[in-house]
Amino acid sequence: MAEPALSIRGLTKVYGNGFHALKGIDLDVEQGDFFAMLGPNGAGKSTTLGVVCSLVQKTAGQVSIFGIDIDRDFPRAKYHLGVVPQEFNFNQFENVSDIVLAQAGYYGMSRREALPRAKQLLTDLGLWDKRNGNALMLSGGMKRRLMIARALMHRPKLLILDEPTAGVDIELRRSMWEYMRRINREEGTTIILTTHYLEEAESLCRNVAIINHGEIIRNTSVRGLLAELDTETFLLDLAHPVYELPDVAGFEVRQVDSAQLAVVVHRGQRMNDIFTALSEKDIQVVSMRNRANRLEEMFVSMVEQGNEDKAAAERAEARA
Amino acid sequence: MNPTQTAIALWTLVHKEIKRFTRIWPQTLLPPSITMTMYFIIFGSLIGSRIGEMDGFSYMDFIVPGLIMMAVITNSYSNVASSFFSNKFQRSIEEMMVSPMPNWVILAGFVLGGMARGLGVGLIVTIVSLFFTRISVAHPVLTIGVVVLTAALFSIGGFINALLGKKFDDISIVPTFILTPLTYLGGVFYSISLLPTFWQGVSMLNPILYMVNVFRYGFLGVSDIPVGWALAAIFTFIVVLFGIALWMLENGKGIRS
Repeated sequence: MAEPALSIRGLTKVYGNGFHALKGIDLDVEQGDFFAMLGPNGAGKSTTLGVVCSLVQKTAGQVSIFGIDIDRDFPRAKYHLGVVPQEFNFNQFENVSDIVLAQAGYYGMSRREALPRAKQLLTDLGLWDKRNGNALMLSGGMKRRLMIARALMHRPKLLILDEPTAGVDIELRRSMWEYMRRINREEGTTIILTTHYLEEAESLCRNVAIINHGEIIRNTSVRGLLAELDTETFLLDLAHPVYELPDVAGFEVRQVDSAQLAVVVHRGQRMNDIFTALSEKDIQVVSMRNRANRLEEMFVSMVEQGNEDKAAAERAEARA
Repeated sequence: MNPTQTAIALWTLVHKEIKRFTRIWPQTLLPPSITMTMYFIIFGSLIGSRIGEMDGFSYMDFIVPGLIMMAVITNSYSNVASSFFSNKFQRSIEEMMVSPMPNWVILAGFVLGGMARGLGVGLIVTIVSLFFTRISVAHPVLTIGVVVLTAALFSIGGFINALLGKKFDDISIVPTFILTPLTYLGGVFYSISLLPTFWQGVSMLNPILYMVNVFRYGFLGVSDIPVGWALAAIFTFIVVLFGIALWMLENGKGIRS
């Protein structure tokens, strides 16, 4: 069996102020995967990825990239790694092509090899026309794409994207998704994505790890996680206004406004039943959609549960 | 990295550094040229003509090596300090940290960039001095050798300062409160033989005195101190500071959390 693209065992990070950012994380990301790492702010996602790309020093634990232990041969492991960080981290006074070509140089790529690669990536990411312009003049979305182009210059086999579409408009976000899907599908690049847009994780990723308080609380497939959802809330848009909340046996119905109802559907219940019941009351439904992203519902309930467990443990500890 | 890749990475960094300071030449190359021209006019021509000879040379001839060295020292130091700190501040240092480039290449790249600026400004000041005096070089190899070593030493110093710095003020404290006084008291404008014995002894603790004197010896053939000692001191400082800077990089001091 092929080595995992990323293997983490017992990863622990304690910062100088005593904060336990990571509490012995174990994680495997298989080659070719599109993997989501989710968690609230301060959960430990960026610290984990910071250790993987040598920006954060671990306190304990083992990290291997394509079977290469970073404690033994980090430089060789780094060849396989491309990083798109959360914050802009290029010299904004340099021009676009200088930024990507310098990155190629740091990986030992000759100018002859780097120039066509830079042209291809900047063209693919819609930045070729801006190549001679100052990076400072780029829009936020362009700067994000520049960081993706830079990270891909040396053809990494593992690409880490730390909130790559933060602050990017919807149209651009979708084009970036398409690009990420393409490099994952066609070039076999393993991608690890952290994001706060759970729709993004649901749409792009096959597997997911949820981190909270420095621990992985779930590590499973996105499909498997969604299958665990017990309830979903649907919003029903009505053809005519309704001023009195209809009573539908077996279903929890709430009125959003006169033209919209919210229906909570439990596992095993059929949507047909609610449509039939509403029809009998002469209420016509013209369209329907999920109230919220399904993964988001799952994520919020898991994180809230985790927070409650932690608070309970702290109360018990205080009593003891 | 194999040797070819290492060479490409080093050249990339050096080229980037040279491109940086030449792009902003009105901030990096022009001001020291103007300042040194002022020194030549005021101290060399106007006041120097009343001072007479120093160590058997006209005052202008005496201060030329010191002023060249002063320009090399301050520019080597400030180039690396400001460039590396700016990389830290903008987080573009992460571009290098995530790459497989060895730490010694990162250090050498910034140091060579600082040396390029220091020596470049030194050359400009030398050219400016030709408008005021005729320069003769008694020991060319020694002269070039000592100026190159000095540029390297202060570039490494600037690197350590930038590694330790947490805000922009931190990279101006050392040049303002340590480097400039040591340079002025390092025999740029006078021979330490003019000082009382006690202050001569104190001056011997100033590392810049050794560099200025050896450099002046290269030009004029006279020095306040033994040249061999001075060279050994410069070389020792370079080895020790390079080792400290590399250790700090390896351990992520100032750049890794």
